Amino acid sequence: MKSLLSSFALALVVLVGAMPAHAEGGDALMKSGATVRDQASLQRGARLFFNYCVGCHSLKYMRYSRMAEDLGLTEQEVMQNLNFTGAKFDDPVISHMPAASAGKWFGKAPPDLSLEVEARGADWVYTYLNSFYLDPHSPIGWNNTALPNAAMPFPLWALQGMQTAEMKPAKAGGSATVEKLVLSHPGKMTPAQYQQATRDLTSFLQYVSEPAALQRHHYGIWVLLFLALFTLLAAMLKKEYWKDVH
Amino acid sequence: MANVFTSIGDWVTERVPNMMPAYRKHMTEYYAPKNFNLWYYFGSLAMLVLVNQIVTGIFLTMNYNPSAAGAFDSVQYIMRDVDWGWLIRYMHTTGASLFFVVVFLHMFRGIMYGSFKKPRELVWLLGMLIFLALMAEAFMGYVLPWGNMSFWGAKVIISLFGTIPYIGDSLVQWIMGDFLPGDATLNRFFALHVIALPLVLLLLVVLHLAALHEVGSNNPDGVEIKKGPKGNRWDALKPADGIPFHPYYTVKDLVGVGFFLLIAAFIIFFAPTLGGWFLEHDNAIRANNLLTPPQIKPVWYFTPFYAIVRMVPSFAGTAVWGVLAMFGSIAVLFALPWIDVGAVKSVRYRGTGYKVALTIFVIAFLSLALIGTDMTDVLFPMLFGSGIDLTTWTNTFGRIMTVTYFGFFVFLWLYTHLGWEKTKPVPDRVTTHD
Repeated sequence: MKSLLSSFALALVVLVGAMPAHAEGGDALMKSGATVRDQASLQRGARLFFNYCVGCHSLKYMRYSRMAEDLGLTEQEVMQNLNFTGAKFDDPVISHMPAASAGKWFGKAPPDLSLEVEARGADWVYTYLNSFYLDPHSPIGWNNTALPNAAMPFPLWALQGMQTAEMKPAKAGGSATVEKLVLSHPGKMTPAQYQQATRDLTSFLQYVSEPAALQRHHYGIWVLLFLALFTLLAAMLKKEYWKDVH
Repeated sequence: MANVFTSIGDWVTERVPNMMPAYRKHMTEYYAPKNFNLWYYFGSLAMLVLVNQIVTGIFLTMNYNPSAAGAFDSVQYIMRDVDWGWLIRYMHTTGASLFFVVVFLHMFRGIMYGSFKKPRELVWLLGMLIFLALMAEAFMGYVLPWGNMSFWGAKVIISLFGTIPYIGDSLVQWIMGDFLPGDATLNRFFALHVIALPLVLLLLVVLHLAALHEVGSNNPDGVEIKKGPKGNRWDALKPADGIPFHPYYTVKDLVGVGFFLLIAAFIIFFAPTLGGWFLEHDNAIRANNLLTPPQIKPVWYFTPFYAIVRMVPSFAGTAVWGVLAMFGSIAVLFALPWIDVGAVKSVRYRGTGYKVALTIFVIAFLSLALIGTDMTDVLFPMLFGSGIDLTTWTNTFGRIMTVTYFGFFVFLWLYTHLGWEKTKPVPDRVTTHD
C-alpha cells in the first residue's frame, strides 16, 4: 500500500518536474543557452544593450552602480561607455525617449525590459531577436515570427543582416504562414557571431531580471553544505538518543 | 552559575507555578507512541514553515508598500535594493508552497491512519479550520505583489461569489470594495494577510495541539497506547508504548527539519520560481486590467479544488453549482469522522475495499490537479494524439474525477455504516519503531 502510493507520488513528481508550468503556445522556441554565470558574456550583452536598445527601452529597476558591481566594471567604465543619458551613477537606467511621443511613433510605447526575461523566458527573448524578417505588408517594413506584427523595427539589422520569409501556401480560408526565414542580405556578423551576440544580450537581460541570481548561486552551495552537515549531526544525535528505545 | 539559574527558576516558579507543569505536560511528560514513521514529520514541519512565514513576513512588511500604485515596485525594491531582501522574499514564497506540501501530506497521514477518528474528532476539525484559514491566507498573500496574475487570479476567485443568486454581484463589490480588484482590495487583503488571519492561524494551531495532547497522538498502527499496558522507564502509570516527546521526538524531528531545509534551500537558492510553479511568470508583469493573461489559473495548491468549479456544468440558469461543489469538496472533509466510522483506524489493518478506495481517491485528487494546472492540455494530445477534441476529453475526464472524489466519501459511508468492511486483527501493542 505504502510503496504503491509512494511510487505513484514519485512518478507524479517526475512528471510534473518535466512539464513547464506554462504551456507556451505556437511555435517551438529556440534554445538560448543564456546564463548569468559568464561575466564576459554579460559585459558584451550590456554593451549591445546600451548601444542598440536603451534609446527606446528603459531598465527602470536596474541601477548603473549595481550593474557595475555585478559585471565587474568600474564606475568610470560604466559612466563613459554605457551611460549616454547623463544619469548619475546610482540612478536607474531610464531611456530618454518620451513615452507619449514613442506611443505616437510606434503605436505603443516601447516596454521597460527590467523583467522581460522573468515574464517571457530567456528562450523567448532569444527567439524574438532571431526572428525578424522583411515584410512589405507591415507599416514598419519588419515583422517577427515570435511576436507577429511586433511594433518594433529591427534594431540589430546591421549586425544580423536581413532575413526574408519563405511562405507556406495558404490553406483554404486561412492566410499564408511563414515556413522558414532565410538570410537574404548578410550583415556585419556571421550567423554564428550573431547568435552569440543575441545570447549575450539575452543573458544580460536575464541578469537584469534578477540580479539576486548572482548572490543566490554564490551563497547557495555553502548553505546546502551547512545543512547537509547539520542533518548528519542531527541524525547522529537522534541515533544516540534512540539507542534505548526498543 | 548553576545556583544563579536555580534561583531564577525558583523565582519564576514562585510567581508562575503552572509554567513547569505545563512544559512537562506538553514536552517531557507528553508520551507519544514510539512507532512514528516518515509520515509523522509533517506536523512539526508545518509549525516550522508557519514560523518562517511569520518571521519573513514581518521583514517583508517593513519594505512592502500596500497600494495599487506602489506594491509592484516595492517588491522589486525588496528584490534589488533591500539587503538580503531577495532571500527573505524567496523564503516567504517558497515557504508558502511548501506549507501546502507539508499540510497536504499531514492531512493524508491523518486520513490514512484514521487519526480523525474517535477520540480525535476535535483535533481533526481544528486542523480543517487551520486548512481553511491557510487557504484564505495564501490567496490574499498571492494578491499582494500586484502582478498581473495576482490581479486576474483575485478577479476570478472573488467573482466565484458572484454566482450566488440575487446577492452575488453586490457581494463581489463588497469583498473588493470596488468594481475591479484595486487599491481598496489590496489594502484590505494586506490587513487580513498580515494581522487577522495569522492571529486566527496561531490560535487554531494552539487549540489543535491542546486538543491533541488531551487525547494523545495516534500512530501508524492505529493502536490506542493509553488503553494498552501501563508502565515505562519514566513513569509506572504511563503507556508502555509511549516515549517522552522531548527529547525523543524533538531530536527525531530535527532530522526531518534538516532534510526539509535541504530541499527548501535548494529551491530558494537554485530554482526560486521552480519553473513557474512557485512564482508565476505572468506575475512579472504589473497588474493590468486591459491585459488578460493567456491562461488564468490559481497557484498549484488550489488547482484540485479549482478544477472542480470548472468541471461542474451550470444549469437552471446559474453557475453556482460548481462553486458549491468546490466548497463541498472541502466541507465533506470536515465531516470525515462521521462518514468513516470503521472501528479499525490504520490502513494497515483495514479492508481491501478501503485500500483500493484510498488509492483511487489520491489518483482523483492528483488528476484534478492536472486539470486545474492545464497540464492535461499538454498530456492528452501527447498520449492520445493531437486530433482529439480537448474540451470534451478534459470535461469527461474531469467530471469522472470529480465524481470519484465525492464518490470516495459516499463509498466510505456505505462501507463502514453498513458493515461491509472485512478488517484484519489489530495488534494489542504497536508493532514497529524505526
